[in-house]
Amino acid sequence: MNVTINTDELFPDLHPALAPQAAVVEASRCLFCYDAPCTQACPTHIDVPKFIKKIASGNLRGSANTILDANILGLSCSRVCPVDVLCEGSCVMHRYNKQPIEIGLLQRHAMDWFYSHEPAIATAPDNGKHVACIGGGPASLACAAELRRHGFAVTVFDRNPLAGGLNTYGIAQYKLRPPDSLKEVELLRNMGVEFRFGVEVTDQTEGEFDAFFLGVGLGPMHRLNVPGDDLPGVVDALTFIADYKTGTPKVGRRVVVIGAGNTAIDSAIAARKLGAEQVHIVYRRGESDMSAFASEYEHAKLEGVEFHWQTSVTRITPDAVICGTFKIPCDMVVPAIGQSPLTKLLAVCGEVNRETGQTKHPKYFAGGDFLNGGREVVDAVADGKRAALGIKKWLTTQS
Amino acid sequence: MADLTTLFANKIRCPNPFWLASGPPANCADQVIRAFDAGWGGAVWKTLGVPITNVSSRYSSVDLNGQRMMGLNNIELITDRTLEVNLREIEEVKKRYPDNAVIASLMVDSTREAWHEIVERSEGAGADGLELNFGCPHGMSERGMGSAVGQVPQYCSMITEWVKEVAKTPVLVKLTPNITDIRPVAHAAKQGGADGLSAINTINSITGIDLDTFVPRPNVDGKSAHGGYCGPAVKPIALHMIQQIAEVGLPVSGIGGVSNWRDAAEFILLGCQSIQLCTAPMHWGFRIVEDMIDGLKNWMDEKGFRTIDDFRGLSLPNVKEWKNLNLNYKIIAKIHPEKCIGCDLCYIACEDGAHQCIHVDPLPPRLTVTPIPKLDGPIPATPIKIPRVDEEECVGCNLCALVCPVENCITMERVDHGIPSESWEQRSA
Repeated sequence: MNVTINTDELFPDLHPALAPQAAVVEASRCLFCYDAPCTQACPTHIDVPKFIKKIASGNLRGSANTILDANILGLSCSRVCPVDVLCEGSCVMHRYNKQPIEIGLLQRHAMDWFYSHEPAIATAPDNGKHVACIGGGPASLACAAELRRHGFAVTVFDRNPLAGGLNTYGIAQYKLRPPDSLKEVELLRNMGVEFRFGVEVTDQTEGEFDAFFLGVGLGPMHRLNVPGDDLPGVVDALTFIADYKTGTPKVGRRVVVIGAGNTAIDSAIAARKLGAEQVHIVYRRGESDMSAFASEYEHAKLEGVEFHWQTSVTRITPDAVICGTFKIPCDMVVPAIGQSPLTKLLAVCGEVNRETGQTKHPKYFAGGDFLNGGREVVDAVADGKRAALGIKKWLTTQS
Repeated sequence: MADLTTLFANKIRCPNPFWLASGPPANCADQVIRAFDAGWGGAVWKTLGVPITNVSSRYSSVDLNGQRMMGLNNIELITDRTLEVNLREIEEVKKRYPDNAVIASLMVDSTREAWHEIVERSEGAGADGLELNFGCPHGMSERGMGSAVGQVPQYCSMITEWVKEVAKTPVLVKLTPNITDIRPVAHAAKQGGADGLSAINTINSITGIDLDTFVPRPNVDGKSAHGGYCGPAVKPIALHMIQQIAEVGLPVSGIGGVSNWRDAAEFILLGCQSIQLCTAPMHWGFRIVEDMIDGLKNWMDEKGFRTIDDFRGLSLPNVKEWKNLNLNYKIIAKIHPEKCIGCDLCYIACEDGAHQCIHVDPLPPRLTVTPIPKLDGPIPATPIKIPRVDEEECVGCNLCALVCPVENCITMERVDHGIPSESWEQRSA
């Protein structure tokens, strides 16, 4: 069925923002640890106690700059990071039988202030070098921003009409909305990053640039490879999510999501919120094997998603998913069993230096999902930032 | 069971030592009646005198880390109601609450006649005692009253003498802390015949400045004036001054930042016969007195004290001049690793703020990624860096234990090196 939706109403914020006084109280609870474990745990190493204490003192611009110095996508990360396995998970308060500091919400507080007060980031004077970032997702954006800070000219190429990659097209609406992802893209544009959409990168392009960053992400989603997986009611998870996020949602009355990763959970919850009466998650292995974070699993259960463990799909018909001896009647099937890596391109890159992102072709650097197999936004940002510094170092030694 | 019955200066009897201080909570009969119903032992009526005109706004405060009113500042003056109304209400309250203490706080022009008149009228209304307001630091002092009197020992003893010429009830002199040494004025009050002392009044203050308008708070039409500071922030200053005036030998009614029974017990341990509160009831209402009574009684039972007098002043002999402290007493910090949460605040406090005796090994730098169990196996526990104390270098300053957020994680342990006690006075004799 097709529905007209107001996504803001259907997908309220998963975690409402902190009011200013509440942010000060929460910030004041932070112990201001020395050489803090939360900073260590963050893949981009945001100086967490530093930005939190600046919230407590009312220095919100300084707080935002502290975050953005380490992580240019501080806004999206504040909304999408699995903080309970990162900064908040490592908070010393856990050892003290106390609630960890709400680092994610505090970061969002500083970011919301920043983006509502003439956001701007300083860049260095142009150094005459030009770098191409292939792909407009988090890794490329982070690489581009870091390069601009050091005076490099940067052009970002993307095949989609909007930049941001999965931040714009692939993250559940109740965590991050496209307008917020696009605020970050706009910040980069203001920093002088050039964006080219719908452009093929060819041999001819290579000569224009001094270095390349490959932040091309993963390939298409895996197919189920069972009879019926090409029926019209079968829509892969990323397409399903991108469709509803860009305002053209299609959802069934009874939906079966296949797989138990974070994207499967996002799809199942979205289907419920879009009006599906029944949403099932079918997973071929057990509860303890699922790769979704515990918090995501809990959220899905609260939304009324039904889980079927140790269940393999053997066939799809127009009105059911057949799992060996039993069937689940449905009118929509959403496979969410991961994206395929770009193996050919990876093979061309050869071994990549994780510290610098440099491939075996010195002019080419890589990072993000393309390289790490598909992790979090914050991991892509860390990769992009490391690669930018790698590019800077390499180009400096070249000249 | 502990008995909180209080007899101040051998004359003023009340069911417990907790009095409303002269201030906004003791402005009118309605408030004082509700306070007595809630359990307060007494009330010092908001200062009587020639009615004044107040400004608005009047209060400003200092918050600490989001917690409200760690300190409170006011520029309110004495009563703005007529003497007749106040006296009629005092009379009514005393009739209805004969067992509670009502003290009249007084402030008039510095003439014998004015003081004689207000003393006689207040006692005529049934006041159990009089408190001479020689402490108010704002507004009234510009008119030659309040702390303008309390800062000059001769004025203090002169007016106290005038009051004592006619007073039949005990006379307390309320002292200002806005003076280099509080003791000469306290002695002057005794010389003038005072039966007791109240201390401390509020401290001169500017609580803060609005960083947009550049006007200090409280803002009165774009300007401000210094006010009187009180609340939890001033308690240590009050305790010190109360300890100082103990040498005068008069009964003391302790005031200054008391918020709960623990604070009250500390004031009593330094000799106070009664305790006055203002900021706390202004913040939380009169209901706080229930825990003050209950908590103090439970503590007294635990300690085996039957009456307030059983522990009053017990801490006075423990306050010495620095020169009498034992130079050979040695303690060092001990970190209990099983309690340590790894915040390393003790390390940085000692390193930057004290004596560089705590050490910690930084974790080796590593490339951090979001742990995904399916790809990386079980999520490893966050490593913890437990600091260690260089016991040879530790000077026993307490700073690490003060900054440590975990109770009893850092303890200060006595080192017995067998050297006999020796004070600076003994050493330099």
